[in-house]
Amino acid sequence: MVSGLEVRDVTVKYGPTVAVEGVSLHVEPGTVIGLLGASGSGKSTLLRAIAGLQPLSSGAILWDGEDLAPVKVHKRNFGLVFQDGQLFPTMNVAKNIAYGLGKLPKAAQRERVEEMLELVGLAGYGVRKPTELSGGQAQRVALARSLAPSPRALLLDEPLSALDTALRRRLADDLARILRETHTTGVYVTHDHQEAYTVADVVAVLDEGQLLQLDSPESLRERPKNKQVAAFLGYRAFVTEAEAHRLGWQGSLETGEVLGIGPASLHLDPNGYEVDIIDQTLTVEDVEIKVALPDGQTATVSSPTKVDALSTRVTLAGGAVVPA
Amino acid sequence: MLAALIPAAFLVLFFAWPAATLVARGFHDGSAWTIDGFRTVFGSRRTWSAVGFTLGSAALSTVVCLLLGLPGAYLLYRCTFRGRDLLRALITVPFVLPTVVVGVAFGSLLRRDGLLGWLGLEGTPVAILAAMVFFNYSVIVRTVGTMWSRLDPRLAQAAGTLGASPLRALRTVTLPALTPAIVSGASLVFLFSASSYGIVMVLGQSKYRTIETEIWFLTTRLLDLPSAAALSITQLIIVTIALWLSGRAQAHMTRALKLQPDVDAERVLDLSRDGGALITTLTVAIVLLGLPLANLVWRSLHRGGEFTVANYVQLAVEGGGSVSVWDALRTSLTTALAATALAVTLGMLVALVASRRPRRPLGRSALGALESLFLLPLGVSAVTVGFGYLITLNRPPLDLRSSIVLIPIAQAVVALPLVIRTLLPTLRAIDPRQLEAAATLGSTPWQVLRRIELPHLGRAVGLAVGFAFATSLGEFGATSFLARPDNPTLPVLIFRLFGRPGSENYGVALAASVVLAGLAGITMAAAERMRPKEVAAW
Repeated sequence: MVSGLEVRDVTVKYGPTVAVEGVSLHVEPGTVIGLLGASGSGKSTLLRAIAGLQPLSSGAILWDGEDLAPVKVHKRNFGLVFQDGQLFPTMNVAKNIAYGLGKLPKAAQRERVEEMLELVGLAGYGVRKPTELSGGQAQRVALARSLAPSPRALLLDEPLSALDTALRRRLADDLARILRETHTTGVYVTHDHQEAYTVADVVAVLDEGQLLQLDSPESLRERPKNKQVAAFLGYRAFVTEAEAHRLGWQGSLETGEVLGIGPASLHLDPNGYEVDIIDQTLTVEDVEIKVALPDGQTATVSSPTKVDALSTRVTLAGGAVVPA
Repeated sequence: MLAALIPAAFLVLFFAWPAATLVARGFHDGSAWTIDGFRTVFGSRRTWSAVGFTLGSAALSTVVCLLLGLPGAYLLYRCTFRGRDLLRALITVPFVLPTVVVGVAFGSLLRRDGLLGWLGLEGTPVAILAAMVFFNYSVIVRTVGTMWSRLDPRLAQAAGTLGASPLRALRTVTLPALTPAIVSGASLVFLFSASSYGIVMVLGQSKYRTIETEIWFLTTRLLDLPSAAALSITQLIIVTIALWLSGRAQAHMTRALKLQPDVDAERVLDLSRDGGALITTLTVAIVLLGLPLANLVWRSLHRGGEFTVANYVQLAVEGGGSVSVWDALRTSLTTALAATALAVTLGMLVALVASRRPRRPLGRSALGALESLFLLPLGVSAVTVGFGYLITLNRPPLDLRSSIVLIPIAQAVVALPLVIRTLLPTLRAIDPRQLEAAATLGSTPWQVLRRIELPHLGRAVGLAVGFAFATSLGEFGATSFLARPDNPTLPVLIFRLFGRPGSENYGVALAASVVLAGLAGITMAAAERMRPKEVAAW
């Protein structure tokens, strides 16, 4: 018997369109899996299928070896956090959080609500209306509401994507902490790989309904399974070993492998290889310099200030090893 | 400025003045201020029974409409199945029918010799209640359905993932989220039921009386104007409360709807889950809505138990009285055309003025006041308008009683709020940046109006014309006070014929009802095709 959540060869179709095709996954109890993919990759559909909101075309969803097909949504005991919270507008924050605690006596419910508000950092917000919350607070309440009945697994459907960037980063850290503290078994859907790396122990990359790669964030970063995955993770240029060495790379590649160059692979280095500057973009943290590699591909390198020249020198410090 | 003054002057002369006179008449007996009118009228048991019946029947009708309408709203706006759009269209047919026709349809169904005569419901409150529900069922289905179709399904799903059964999710999450629509629909049904003058006049057989029929009785039979005025004021208060409630709920609903993303919440009909709603709705559609209409058409083709078109042939012949149905129809069409022209012209002026977007707060609040002033007649029942005219405009300085123009004016006053409610949202929906873009491209305000705003109004004007025409055509409340015996409109004539003995009169009344229903139905169907999406159902 496999413990925890198992997705076995699941296919979901909307009429003739195949949204999820033959995906198999296993989530160990107490760990969080990230479902990473662009919009339309089928990641949200898979999540809804796990929750029981979307019928399967074939395959099975199991919990501790038990097939969940006959188990209705409200009997599955899976929490679900939506992209936009979906707090009940007719109830205040405390009532929202207590909604799933029907079986507990009133006093125990109140206690649990307090505990949850504390956990998500919103102690004292119980009497507020959902409309009086900011986007980030609403998502914290939605998380507290889903966690309150102690679900056996928590499903999160892009819970942070409706928020602005800075808040998203901060909340992702909080979320990762809360999930670890509560030893929650989680499925986390996102299109942002930074977020996936922060929150998930294992990441599944999905594209057009198919599972491309299932790995830890580290291996995903260092060894994407193919160019498609690498490109999705931000590796835009691919170079041969010889080319990489010319750029100052120290490592070595097997036959049939190339090196993917991502946003953090190149460093500025006065002793490095000279490349032409195509464009410079100011960002909040740095200046992103777009440079032309010797073979004509483009890559970016981060610089603390704008470079007042037509070319600059760089070193290739790292990258992702990918089959050519 | 002139655009605002003309309609304002019209409304002061033909609405405010009669209304003020009416109120004054209630408190003033011609020589001194008094509340004798109230004392007399409320000292009588007759009045209390009329007030009680009005409130009771309207409340009961509202409850029944809710019980039947909520499953209908779910089925017709949340589920998809073949024939749904047809069913949606069919259930709205009763609402566009003139109340007199509704009364006649139920009357002929429940008569002792009618199809359902064996139920023994002729002349009972149940008959009146059934007709009210028939008329108002679609109000609940459409108001609640519109909101339900746009309610994010993930809200109920969230409840499901928290362990709530579908029934608990419906009770604790979905229905509370629909509250604004439910309150809005219910208060409209209450309002319409409390002022279903035509229905009660035809079916009540003077045994069951509402405030409105009592006003008519006091005015035309007893000539007791002070008591009638006191009753009118009572009616005004009840109606204002219902209207205020509905307005507030509607504002809530608009706000709630704005917060909703445009989601596709429809799902395929599932018999095991939706069977109950399906059976309820089909039963209502066939038995409550379909049967009376089918029976009306069927009966109109019979006389003395034989199939014949004699009733229709006789429409052209002089009826029992001195006027034929065709004469009355001609009067009705002429009056309705005049009323429509009047209401649409004034309505356009008001809508254009009210849709300006002044920058100063003073200007904004002035416009808000203007708008609610023009929507006021919506709350005043047509009976009050007719009665007000009767006591105001029949003497110097303005004696229009004998003039033919009084009925179209009364009908225009009744139709005006509908016209404004159709035109205004369309103008308001124009993105202000479009107007700013036109202005920065060098257009003067007049050119902006002519080239950007008026073209937007096209479809809405079509809808408004249809609304105004159909309303005026079937108008019975005000007209019954103002029509002269020798020159009645069609609804008034139908009422007279239906009340007269003799199978000939009865048959002609049925045939005339079918003609009137057909005209109103066709007008509304044509108008509905023009409905712009900004204009809500009511």
